[in-house]
Amino acid sequence: MVYANSDGTDPADPVPTAVKILVAGGFGVGKTTLVTSVSESAPLRTEEVLSSESVGVDDLSGVEAKETTTVAMDFGRITISDSLVLYLFGTPGQDRFRFMWDELALGALGAVVLADTRRLADSWPSIDYFESDGTPFIVAVNCFEGARRYELDEVQLALDLDPEVPVVLCDARQRQSGKDVLIALVQHAHRVRGGGLN
Amino acid sequence: MTAAGRGHDEDVWVDDEAGPVVRPYAMTRGRTRPVRGTFDLISMVVATRNPPAADAGPGLEHLPPEQQAIVRRCREPLSVAEISAHLNLPLGTVRVMLGDLLDAGLIRIHDPGPADQPHSRLYEALIDGLRQL
Repeated sequence: MVYANSDGTDPADPVPTAVKILVAGGFGVGKTTLVTSVSESAPLRTEEVLSSESVGVDDLSGVEAKETTTVAMDFGRITISDSLVLYLFGTPGQDRFRFMWDELALGALGAVVLADTRRLADSWPSIDYFESDGTPFIVAVNCFEGARRYELDEVQLALDLDPEVPVVLCDARQRQSGKDVLIALVQHAHRVRGGGLN
Repeated sequence: MTAAGRGHDEDVWVDDEAGPVVRPYAMTRGRTRPVRGTFDLISMVVATRNPPAADAGPGLEHLPPEQQAIVRRCREPLSVAEISAHLNLPLGTVRVMLGDLLDAGLIRIHDPGPADQPHSRLYEALIDGLRQL
């Protein structure tokens, strides 16, 4: 659209450029925790009301009787400057809402796939999605107390990741740790997109 | 009520600023698609004028209360997702109302740029900004 800046930021324009990063991963892995720890306010929630036609007809277990269903997304805002705002969106986890990811992933700068080493398989669907749609992503292993501290290369191997995909440790509850994860993702996305490796 | 609103049986609570509690599609007169615009989740919306804080300002009284609330909130730029969250209204409903406001010239929209175009300055600004948080 005509108002979109061509080069990212424009100090003369009072409307900031908005950038979106997705936070994905299995149920209960800490997506909203990460969004909350790094965002500037309590997580916000937006909802999409979907008619039955827009929900996949193959997998409607539990919602057959409803003509509409609601998908909730938690998100947070980080105001980088007057001209740049970063939004973090937690992806809705339910498989039947996977098509919602298409809207979320469109135009996203990148994605963080949060992983729990006790349930590594839970992160496969997210990894599959971002691998196939080309969204740059990193894997952040959320270090739950009591969980075994895997070596990062073990995780890389277990998840069958491209060696280019960074794997980092994090504590989603800690603001500094969450910031480090986001910085690692932005650096990776810059490499992937700027370096022509996409 | 048109077919588009039929079957929507979940009440959506809105705050005082958004006006009376009514079903979302009643606010949009049954429409599910905006008359104009696509409205990405992070499209930034800003009011094209500054109504006085005490009320919605001249020229807005004819608008439904929810649309007045959007214009008031967008004196500072807000994303579509934030408008939905702050007004506690579903995205689809917000998009229809934004289409009307855009059509009426009361807001303007700043769509996000394509993320797949490398802009070193943008990445650097993000990294620097995150480090300084």
